[in-house]
Amino acid sequence: MRYLPLTDEDRSLMLLRMAADKVDDLFVDIPAAKLLTKNVDLPRAKSELEVERILSRMAGRNVVASSVPFFVGAGAYKHHVPASVDHLIQRSEFLTSYTPYQPEIAQGTLQYLFEFQTQVAALTGMDVANASMYDGSTGCGEAVLMAHRVTKRRKAVLSGGLHPHYADVVRTLSEMSEDAVVTLPPDVAASEDLLASIDSSVSCVVVQNPDVFGNLRDLTPIAEKCHSNGALLIAVFTEAVSLGLVTPPGAMGADIVVGEGQSIGNPLTFGGPYVGLFATRQKYVRQMPGRLCGETVDAEGRRGFVLTLSTREQHIRRDKATSNICTNAGLCSLAFTIHMTLLGEAGLKKLARLNHANACKLADALADVKGVEVLNKSFFNEFTICVPGDAAALVETMAQKGVLAGVPVSRLLPGDAGVRSLLIVANTEVNTDEDRAAFVSALRASI
Amino acid sequence: MLNNQGRPTQPGEAQAYTPRTFTSNRALQMEEALIFEIGRPDTSGVDIEDAGEFKPRLGGMERNGEIGLPGLSEPEAMRHYVRLSQKNYSIDAGLYPLGSCTMKHNPRLNEKMARLPGFADVHPMQPQSTVQGAIAVIESVAHWLMELTGTRAVAMSPKAGAHGEACGMMAIKAAIKAKGEAATRRVVLVPDSAHGTNPATAALIGFTVKAIPVGPSGQVRVEDVRPLLGPDIAAIMLTNPNTCGLFEPQIVEIAKAVHEAGAYFYCDGANFNAIVGKARPGDLGVDAMHINLHKTFSTPHGGGGPGAGPVVLSDRLAPFAPVPFVRRDGDALRLVEDEEGTQAFGRMTAFHGQMGMFVRALSYMLSHGSDGLRQASEDAVLSANYIRACLSDLMSLPFGNRPCMHEVLFDDEWLKGTGVTTLDFAKAMIDEGYHPMTMYFPLVVHGAMLIEPTESESKASLDLFIATLRDLAFSAKRGDTARFSGAPYLAPRRRLDETRAARNPVLRWTKPEAVLKAAE
Repeated sequence: MRYLPLTDEDRSLMLLRMAADKVDDLFVDIPAAKLLTKNVDLPRAKSELEVERILSRMAGRNVVASSVPFFVGAGAYKHHVPASVDHLIQRSEFLTSYTPYQPEIAQGTLQYLFEFQTQVAALTGMDVANASMYDGSTGCGEAVLMAHRVTKRRKAVLSGGLHPHYADVVRTLSEMSEDAVVTLPPDVAASEDLLASIDSSVSCVVVQNPDVFGNLRDLTPIAEKCHSNGALLIAVFTEAVSLGLVTPPGAMGADIVVGEGQSIGNPLTFGGPYVGLFATRQKYVRQMPGRLCGETVDAEGRRGFVLTLSTREQHIRRDKATSNICTNAGLCSLAFTIHMTLLGEAGLKKLARLNHANACKLADALADVKGVEVLNKSFFNEFTICVPGDAAALVETMAQKGVLAGVPVSRLLPGDAGVRSLLIVANTEVNTDEDRAAFVSALRASI
Repeated sequence: MLNNQGRPTQPGEAQAYTPRTFTSNRALQMEEALIFEIGRPDTSGVDIEDAGEFKPRLGGMERNGEIGLPGLSEPEAMRHYVRLSQKNYSIDAGLYPLGSCTMKHNPRLNEKMARLPGFADVHPMQPQSTVQGAIAVIESVAHWLMELTGTRAVAMSPKAGAHGEACGMMAIKAAIKAKGEAATRRVVLVPDSAHGTNPATAALIGFTVKAIPVGPSGQVRVEDVRPLLGPDIAAIMLTNPNTCGLFEPQIVEIAKAVHEAGAYFYCDGANFNAIVGKARPGDLGVDAMHINLHKTFSTPHGGGGPGAGPVVLSDRLAPFAPVPFVRRDGDALRLVEDEEGTQAFGRMTAFHGQMGMFVRALSYMLSHGSDGLRQASEDAVLSANYIRACLSDLMSLPFGNRPCMHEVLFDDEWLKGTGVTTLDFAKAMIDEGYHPMTMYFPLVVHGAMLIEPTESESKASLDLFIATLRDLAFSAKRGDTARFSGAPYLAPRRRLDETRAARNPVLRWTKPEAVLKAAE
């Protein structure tokens, strides 16, 4: 087996050294009746070539985003990632190291985490960010738990514009920890009255911007009402690129910001691994979940970085920890920070503008299609359209014509009859005028 | 063509001289500033087409002012990150015996496979008819995991080990609720030796944690568990093989007692690498066990993730598995995303789990096959025992010199009176070119040193590692404390001041002017 360096001779010599006759002498603690005596009923070892054949065949059964006009978003976005990003994250020293428990030989990881934390704080307009969560949705669940710790209250209010999967994650976690959740009905037009749900029993309000339907929301009045009631505002985003163009949540009074960072540096990969961004105000830092990297000096006074404030964490505090998270999204945060460094401020702003411009073009083109209505008054690179009939069926029909048109809202909100004809459409820098024309003609032909 | 004929270099006379360099660099070891110190806001390493003039539809929500993000051109960025990378230890560079973390070789075939556009460039919300191959990968990995664990259900969506623990414990809570016992069964038993994630997870799900004492052999005894069982107990969380590197010999009896008391058996599968193909947790009475794909099935640890933590479930817990899950409809595969009509306890994450890790793990499983996986476990156990056998005369074993599983646990008894601590010993290993073992864990052993070599090391590599530890051990016993107390001497950084970092946390870069202003 190509990955196992020990030879049979090595094995014999090693057994001899420990005075064992056979390897099973080392498995004595396994009850004899439970020790397997033959191989599990699975295929035998395969060569690299054979494995490539099998997996390539499986990969071949998927429609690749880059191969078609592609407008699918709703929480994960197709963007162009510079070639150098993937090259750099595959360097052995990044790829095959682990959590920097020994800082003297992990300054590479620690320094990029420090840079990552600073970039995320700047991007969201917050004071501090952690070294990543698994993804945006689990970060959202953690943010709610953190708000409960800060406010010592146990009731969350979820906006109807929050991604339904995120709401499901929060509801699942809250049901288990026996905390209360109020979920407002789906709010396609961004017209819900969140303020009416905020009183002094509420721990936090969770609002997404741009929301799952693509609308932009002013969070300032919500933050004000939260604060006058002793509650926290949790601002969520699923499209990190939007922050190059849209008012950051920190400037609108958010107390905790969580977001999906996939858009920057990370491929779609059918939903994971992604990277959760998590930022907050300085005063709440000791209630944060997850790893934090901090600056310090070494014995010779040179600047260096370490994991810090670990008394919040499970390996020290055990059942009193702020979270059970251990392994996070290290390599995905590296991809994020490299891509962000390559973009820089000017590049990010330009990229965000291009996304918005492209989405505006598509919105105009779709508004001209008879029977189709663009519902958004405002948006960044994603918006919701109303189509005649069933949007999920329409998406299937258009897929057969070689266009992946978007996410039918019914897929996110199954069982909600009111959303059957709604389709969420995303348009990024990867979409060309030809793509948009193909979308329009496939749509016309399908309704 | 460069011709250096005529002026060949010679070593000359070696001089004892340590130069203080102008740059603070040491040849290949470069100092590197932060991107905020070398980047500029108007520089970009990405060329982006100009959007041209258009009327924005941002509803007045346009961002104003500076964000504070530096940019680097591509060559500058390459240099920055390559230099940073050179300050990291890695499996590819050397033995990484971090106990409980299973730092094994990461085959590059797996990276290549995960990057096939058919996997990497596929959106989770594409119509299911366009992603049948991706769903098939999830189904295949699930099949392998179920066969290897002797179970018939697996929840694939958890994103890492601790997330898998949460998933398993949620399934247990849902099952308890379905039996109408949610109000009474609120206590989870966890041994003192457990990973911190276990008690943290139990608390997260709203359970109270009660400790189980660890027996004198480093293992949990059924007679210590029995008196704790009662109508208030929801579950036991047991790591097997445990964190002392030992298989729990009474696991079957413990499972039986737990089940008879109406409770569930959660197994922490972090150490599954020791027993793949040797024993199946399902045969031992386990109700739920997460599998760290980044440990046992070698998806890269990536400097701290991403991992993946699928949870295998017993028949009793299977109905409560979260959405999404895969169902077969004739020839087609379907991801069930709607909880309606199921007993699913809810959803762990947006989308379907760590697809990128599933592809890598499947590539690893197919490569090894059932025979190779079994051999890998045997080699991992053999290598740990070889280290034990070769060091047991010098270093103390808290539970006696007996066979261990895939990792061997020493304590600091043997360092008594030397003035050298476990921490010092670990830091001296750094100077020798090794990543230290896991230290001070598990908590039940004083000054713990947990060594996990994995199956990826050749005998020559193990022999050199053993010889190095022996040399260090002799040195400690001889009283050569300087080799330890100031170590590491040769790493990119000397020992770092963690107390200072925690007392006055600096968690982000701030512009020097802003720092000066704040100081005024």
